[in-house]
Amino acid sequence: MSCSPQEIAAEGIKAQEYAEIVQRLGRHPNKAELGMFGVMWSEHCCYKNSRPLLKQFPTTGKYVLVGPGENAGVVDVGDGLRLAFKIESHNHPSAIEPFQGAATGVGGILRDIFTMGARPIAVLNSLRFGTLDNARTRRIFHGVVEGISNYGNCVGVPTVGGEVYFDRAYSGNPLVNAMALGLMETEEIVKSGASGEGNPVLYVGSTTGRDGLGGASFASAELTDESERDRPAVQVGDPFLEKSLIEACLEAFKTGAVVAAQDMGAAGITCSTSEMAANGGVGIELDLDKIPVRESGMIPYEYLLSESQERMLFVAAKGREQELIDIFKRWELEAVVAGKVITEPLVRIFHQGEIAAEIPATALADNTPIYPRETPSEPPEYAQKAWEWSVGSLPPCTKDGILIQGNQRNWSDIVLQLLDSPSLASKQWVYRQYDHQVQNNTVILPGGADAAVIRLRPQEGSHTTQRGVAATTDCNSRYVYLNPYEGAKAAVAEAARNLSCVGAEPLAITNNLNFGSPEKPVGYWQLANACAGIAAACEALETPVTGGNVSLYNETLDAEGTPQAIYPTPVIGMVGKVEDVTQVCGQGWQNEGDLIYLLGENRATLGGSEYLAVVHDVVAGKPPVVDFNLERSVQMACRGGIQQGWVNSAHDCAEGGLAVALAECCLGGQRGAKIQLENGELRWDEALFGEAASRILVSISPAKQGEWEAYLQEQLGENWTKLGQVQGEMLEIVTGEESPVLVATMKALVEPWEGAILRRLSGS
Amino acid sequence: MKFGVIVFPGSNCDRDVAYVTRELLGSSTRMVWHQDTDISDLDVIIVPGGFSYGDYLRCGAIARFSNVMNSILDHGKQGKWVLGICNGFQILTEVGLLPGALVRNRDLHFICDRVPLKIERTDLPWTRHYTPQQVITLPIAHGEGRYYADPDTLKQLEDQQQILFRYCSATGAVNDSSNPNGSLNNIAGIVNSSGNVLGMMPHPERASDPILQATDGMALFQGLLDGVLVG
Repeated sequence: MSCSPQEIAAEGIKAQEYAEIVQRLGRHPNKAELGMFGVMWSEHCCYKNSRPLLKQFPTTGKYVLVGPGENAGVVDVGDGLRLAFKIESHNHPSAIEPFQGAATGVGGILRDIFTMGARPIAVLNSLRFGTLDNARTRRIFHGVVEGISNYGNCVGVPTVGGEVYFDRAYSGNPLVNAMALGLMETEEIVKSGASGEGNPVLYVGSTTGRDGLGGASFASAELTDESERDRPAVQVGDPFLEKSLIEACLEAFKTGAVVAAQDMGAAGITCSTSEMAANGGVGIELDLDKIPVRESGMIPYEYLLSESQERMLFVAAKGREQELIDIFKRWELEAVVAGKVITEPLVRIFHQGEIAAEIPATALADNTPIYPRETPSEPPEYAQKAWEWSVGSLPPCTKDGILIQGNQRNWSDIVLQLLDSPSLASKQWVYRQYDHQVQNNTVILPGGADAAVIRLRPQEGSHTTQRGVAATTDCNSRYVYLNPYEGAKAAVAEAARNLSCVGAEPLAITNNLNFGSPEKPVGYWQLANACAGIAAACEALETPVTGGNVSLYNETLDAEGTPQAIYPTPVIGMVGKVEDVTQVCGQGWQNEGDLIYLLGENRATLGGSEYLAVVHDVVAGKPPVVDFNLERSVQMACRGGIQQGWVNSAHDCAEGGLAVALAECCLGGQRGAKIQLENGELRWDEALFGEAASRILVSISPAKQGEWEAYLQEQLGENWTKLGQVQGEMLEIVTGEESPVLVATMKALVEPWEGAILRRLSGS
Repeated sequence: MKFGVIVFPGSNCDRDVAYVTRELLGSSTRMVWHQDTDISDLDVIIVPGGFSYGDYLRCGAIARFSNVMNSILDHGKQGKWVLGICNGFQILTEVGLLPGALVRNRDLHFICDRVPLKIERTDLPWTRHYTPQQVITLPIAHGEGRYYADPDTLKQLEDQQQILFRYCSATGAVNDSSNPNGSLNNIAGIVNSSGNVLGMMPHPERASDPILQATDGMALFQGLLDGVLVG
């Protein structure tokens, strides 16, 4: 019996895809099978639009132990320590049900890590919301932060870093990307490929219910006014169960009785059985009547598409299943033999004694549709128009300030306005709600440096090490919007720069590609160029891609039905190696009298800058371009200086330019600075707030000035500038003969920066 | 001197505490599963932080019925050492080893921060390595850490000097603005009337490792070790 067009469309399957399904099965699918195809052939699961683009990423390197294709990537961090890490999005669930959406996003990424045999040691979050003047945005922001806090704190994994941005582009479609890191505890990395005919298939963890039905398809469609009705597609998390699941799984893996393991994330039982079978080149038989349930009367369709959380599928060594079941029972978790490995490469599902579904495993998980598309040769109109912008269209300015719409503003006033913008302001309101110290390894606290630093301390054995890992998530999506290729390059470069600022050597990345619809020329142009930019930067900076996540269709249809796409946002999660955690560097000034230097070229552009957006309400221009040679040498000079013990603080010069970066160093160290600045060819707003890649602010002890400057000359040639020194209680930028340009007391800086977010939450 | 660290399924600071007692202090330490009952070999019982059984009902409300809890009650009643940290403090109040209760923070948010504390009393092993009225800094991380007790209990705690730690400002001022969670009388940690059972919301184990550059909590463990050996 053929499925009706309505049934087919309801599963997110296109007519030509249905024809393909019929051809592969040699018959029409039943409802359960159709649902399985619907989720497995969604972009979220099979990357049908993005796969041709992802192929260009470099994925191997001397530190990479496991690349893309498994639950998480794994890199070698020295001394026999291996680090698993991955990023994943939970954007659409968080838009509809912020608390559970964000909470289960954290739960899901943690399972990807411990499925490999690694103990989760840190979480970072990359979050983007609309602006806080909107009541719905405030509700989403509150809910997301509380969801992360609730889940992460209970499960006992510290939330150590990340980023939070606010921009109108995300009003209807927030981005919630969670990245997790884990330290391998098992000798062998646990993989997902099933093997061994007759080996039992174990279902472990929580029970199965109707929650989260079809979440993967839901995540692969545009959000509309009617998406609220999809609320049952949002999963509900139980962090306490997840904590027990972590312990039980790691214990189980160490017995050696687990042949393969897979987390039940998107598309639950369907995805885990078909991927495990396809990855192992075998088949799996599963009996739904054995699955522990939390509600009665479920039909196969519901079992197969449920996204109930905190569940895993294991293949066990035959005869050792009881050993594993006992471990899970001790942790008061479900564990049952629900099926077995078969040689025929099929997923065969039984329900009440009958075959409920039977599909070739590769048809679901491997040999899935691919839609290669042509990248438009011409940049879209919006980009061409934005590139026409020039700085000449701004009102003229002097060292004393600028006249904006009849108001004479001085530069101190402008820097305070920028510090008051929630994207630049202190995120203490957010990270104070996250337990960032549990596990006793947090070396740098949130807000203290450009990247998080965690000590690596294995739980077992007398393994003494001072080694650590640094991690960061980065993306300036305004740059990517204005120029996807250069913007994506800049995101990778910034991530590496942030790691170098704490003294870590960048190793590898995981990426989360958050984009609009690839079916539209503009969306595909953005996606294709951003992927090319990531590939180029990862090649040049020797930071291969070990995995990641693709989230497309991040658009919201407004009441008139016009799609509004988000800024294209390829979030880069990068990890770096720290040889000695006692030798890392923060961003705040450390000592009165320390000398301040700018590494990199002293030039900058206002194209795509925070200043242009916040102060002039203009999003236009050409964003900064990364020169990889300069980038590498600036980062190397910074890391070398930290290792030598010369550098007392280091901070990337990012959004807001030199003036904001200087203010942030003052705020971080609770010390002022006196800076001598000449604008040269630049306008004063370009000199103060212009943005550029490859620029790092550092401070060093005056006693080291001689050897430090000789070192810089050798490493960077002319590409460095001595700017001034740490002193007093104010940030003072002067030019020529002591002529003031920007003067702000510490108190004046602290106020807008500390209160920006809370004031907007409570004020209106 | 042997430490025992209780492990509920949802404990998440159990390893952190054991790391301090075992690795940093070099003391014999045993993990005690929540279903065990024999703890007679142990001198100090530590009930660590975390979410015991998920704490969906109320922090520690289920933990009080666990198998190990009767043994801990006996251990405490015999005058032996019991330390409850964070969730451990909540459990000790639920089970009645300590008076009062811990309720939702004043601003209803979870708070993770480093806060100054004033040492109110130094004649007990717990605090013997601090000086009277010394201000130390310890991490806190809780959503339900606001100490509450009825006026009579509060008076008794004050009269009998059962308050060991109070939230204060960096200069030692005890007032509303130096009170992170709204605890009555700025209470951060209390002992029972005989002084052998201590409950505290701050985490001394998170401020004990020199590599992490915060060590104000180490003196508490050290004081207990020395104090017990001498006494």
